Amino acid sequence: MREKSWREIPIGGMIEDAGNADTYETGSWRTYRPIWDAEKCIHCLACWIACPDSAIQLKDGKMVGIDYSHCKGCGICAFECPDKIAALEMKLETEVND
Amino acid sequence: MARRLTLSGNDAAAEAMRQIDPDVVTCFPITPQTELMHKFAEFVADGEVKAEMVLVESEHSAMSAAVGAASAGARVMTATAANGLALMWEIVYIAASNRLPIVMPVVNRALSGPINIHCDHSDTMGCRDTGWIQLYSENAQEVYDNVLQAIRIAENPDVLLPVMVTFDGFIISHTVEVLDALEDKDARGWIGDYKSTYSLLNTDEPATFGPLDLQDYYFEHKRQQIEGMNNATAVIKSVGEAYGKLSGRAYGMTENYKTDDADYVVIALGSTCGTAKVVVDEMRAEGKRVGLLKLRSFRPFPHAEIVAGLASAKAVAVLDRSVSFGAPGGPVHKEILAALNGTGHTTSIVNYLYGLGGRDISTTHIRTVFEELETVAGKSIPADEVRFIGLRG
Amino acid sequence: MPAPKQLAEREDLMSGGHRACAGCLPMTAMRQMLLTAGKDTVVGCATGCVEVVTTIYPYTAWKTPFIHNAFENSAATISGAEAAYVSLKKQGKIDKKINFVAMGGDGGTYDIGIQALSGAMERGHNMLYICYDNQAYMNTGIQRSGGTPKGTATSTTPAGKVIPGKTQFPKPLTEIMIAHDIPYVAQATPGYPKDFSDKVEKALAIDGPAFINVLTPCTRGWRYPPEQSMEYARLAVNTCFWPLFEVEYGVIKINRKPKNILPVSKWFEGQGRFRHLFKEENKGIIDEIQAEVDRKWTLLLKREEMTQA
Ligand SMILES: Cc1ncc(C[n+]2csc(CCOP(=O)(O)OP(=O)(O)O)c2C)c(N)n1
Ligand code: SF4
Ligand code: SF4
Ligand code: SF4
Ligand SMILES: [Mg+2]
Repeated sequence: MREKSWREIPIGGMIEDAGNADTYETGSWRTYRPIWDAEKCIHCLACWIACPDSAIQLKDGKMVGIDYSHCKGCGICAFECPDKIAALEMKLETEVND
Repeated sequence: MARRLTLSGNDAAAEAMRQIDPDVVTCFPITPQTELMHKFAEFVADGEVKAEMVLVESEHSAMSAAVGAASAGARVMTATAANGLALMWEIVYIAASNRLPIVMPVVNRALSGPINIHCDHSDTMGCRDTGWIQLYSENAQEVYDNVLQAIRIAENPDVLLPVMVTFDGFIISHTVEVLDALEDKDARGWIGDYKSTYSLLNTDEPATFGPLDLQDYYFEHKRQQIEGMNNATAVIKSVGEAYGKLSGRAYGMTENYKTDDADYVVIALGSTCGTAKVVVDEMRAEGKRVGLLKLRSFRPFPHAEIVAGLASAKAVAVLDRSVSFGAPGGPVHKEILAALNGTGHTTSIVNYLYGLGGRDISTTHIRTVFEELETVAGKSIPADEVRFIGLRG
Repeated sequence: MPAPKQLAEREDLMSGGHRACAGCLPMTAMRQMLLTAGKDTVVGCATGCVEVVTTIYPYTAWKTPFIHNAFENSAATISGAEAAYVSLKKQGKIDKKINFVAMGGDGGTYDIGIQALSGAMERGHNMLYICYDNQAYMNTGIQRSGGTPKGTATSTTPAGKVIPGKTQFPKPLTEIMIAHDIPYVAQATPGYPKDFSDKVEKALAIDGPAFINVLTPCTRGWRYPPEQSMEYARLAVNTCFWPLFEVEYGVIKINRKPKNILPVSKWFEGQGRFRHLFKEENKGIIDEIQAEVDRKWTLLLKREEMTQA
């Protein structure tokens, strides 16, 4: 974001653009990356309700992927995914090829 | 049509508040402000106002709740004095920084310690750099008039800053005077409706208030605040003129009382100005060219009016009712020196400290000050020389 | 009642891109609270991790109206916003239903903000106060608070050679709020999302003040691996260190009675802040804490029974 002059910004420190932190990427903080296996997933949403970074993506109430621009790789989602299902796996960033 | 009323300063402030009828009033009692809030509480209890009164558990919460209410788009008032103002200081600063046009009568009282309930200006002078506009009042009439004007000043889009209307504890707050008030419909018309730019209650356009503002933007926000305060000078003047048309009592940044040709000028604020006017009139009758420069607005500081008001002065006495410990002179004195700096003035300026903790100041004292001025004219006075009025030696 | 499935149909009102540590459970609590409360909610938060990480200018992660004022006055600030709402509603200037939620960390609630909280609750504002309790002043570098458990190593109560961490038991804040005799008081944790969400829903539906104390593990301050945040929340419940219960108009209901109550040491294990307690010379401290947890749990069961109609 370009740094603006005092004449260009709302007074009083107001932030008018609700949720604009969305444009700030925290994905680079990751050491580990959660890899999701859509085949195994039972859409229980245990990962989604626990993610501190709103990074589990849903569509019509079902998991559809991970928002890697915000996911910090904490691993909570993989830990919460039921052991029998294990649809999420944490991999070292250095070991995944995109 | 004016209504002639007999009211104490506290009741005059409450009367203005009744006419303003803010959406929210937050308050916590402290002498000598209590009667103001008692009166307003009666208006609430009798259904004469629609204001929601939040009877908080401390002044810190009074200002905090005021900030919350103003952020929710409400017109908000509170009132306090001394220790109460000191306790809310943290949030006093935040209210100005968040650009919330809260109006707060402050009944001047000496700060503890030792604890004291009487007038001096240590409370509001301690708050002079919080970003609030400060209007000082000479008597109950001015209290009433200033409170009504403060709303228009604070809410002006070029300003959007909170305003303290100050008046001397007991001397004004508890002294009954005859004053003229506006008819309710004129007062309401004068105040008008308030519509804030942002509101917490606008859930369709949600905004964030009071974020963490670091090295990259804090400075820009302060610059905006400086601009708002700078703009306030013109707004205080135009509101004062417009109020004059409505009420017959016009106001400016200062009142330059018989200063035009004056050799000797006293500068003061608050109720002492009334005492000084009596002395000026007496001495004028004796053929002495003396005058009073009354500071009405201390923030923003009226540089231009000071320079104009002192144009003919050979010697000037600056009366301070609070101490700036370790500084050369009291807060008013320093500002006067700064205002004259670079104007090429040759006036001799003497600082007097008086009235701490409610110590009385009489016409005799002020006459003595004028007489001393006659002896110092033409002499250069060290900036750190302070004389005391009414102090036992 | 909102289980994850139902919540999934609602809008996530906390954006990504905030700056909390990876694995920060206070942020999970925020998401769950917002999913339950919905967009017509005014949120205030005291100075602390949540406020700092979500509102670094010019960014905000909040998709609801949000206000931060200072550290000790979140309750007073929201009480003012609520009063403005009441006033404007009375005047016919607004009519939609709006929820008011004030929040603070344990520092902003147990300690510096308790006066403003107590006052706002006593005045009866229609608002919910949520304490997200991560058991220390995390934002300023993990100092002890009135809510920090006994024995905890913090920056100001380090596990030293002579003094093994914090020496006092935590202040019973939830009990203090129960003593305010407000309509609704509860303890919860995002580790049990449905329970927490139910409580937020109930608290907002009730007319008058409500308070929820929410245990929110902090990976950085508690010193456990970040993926275990939810697990440490559940362990606190299943050791009965942090019972899930609610008090509605004085009637106590325990929401989870663990079938197999674990010893508190199971919750301590793996948390760096309690590591020193496992040294031989400090074992007595664990026993002492266990005895206190047992005493309180037994008492809570009795109180539940006693308050049934
Ligand atoms: C009046 C005041 N005193 C101290 C601080 C410094 N301070 C900011 S946040 C904080 C600790 C917050 O602790 P807590 O409420 O537990 O929230 P957490 O950071 O743990 O989420 C402190 C001490 C402050 N901002 N204001
Ligand atoms: S690793 Fe953490 S941040 Fe990333 S999706 Fe999983 S829970 Fe969310
Ligand atoms: S926890 Fe596992 S199974 Fe459940 S929704 Fe997430 S990935 Fe799918
Ligand atoms: S220190 Fe703890 S509470 Fe603060 S952001 Fe990090 S994990 Fe969250
Ligand atoms: Mg904390």
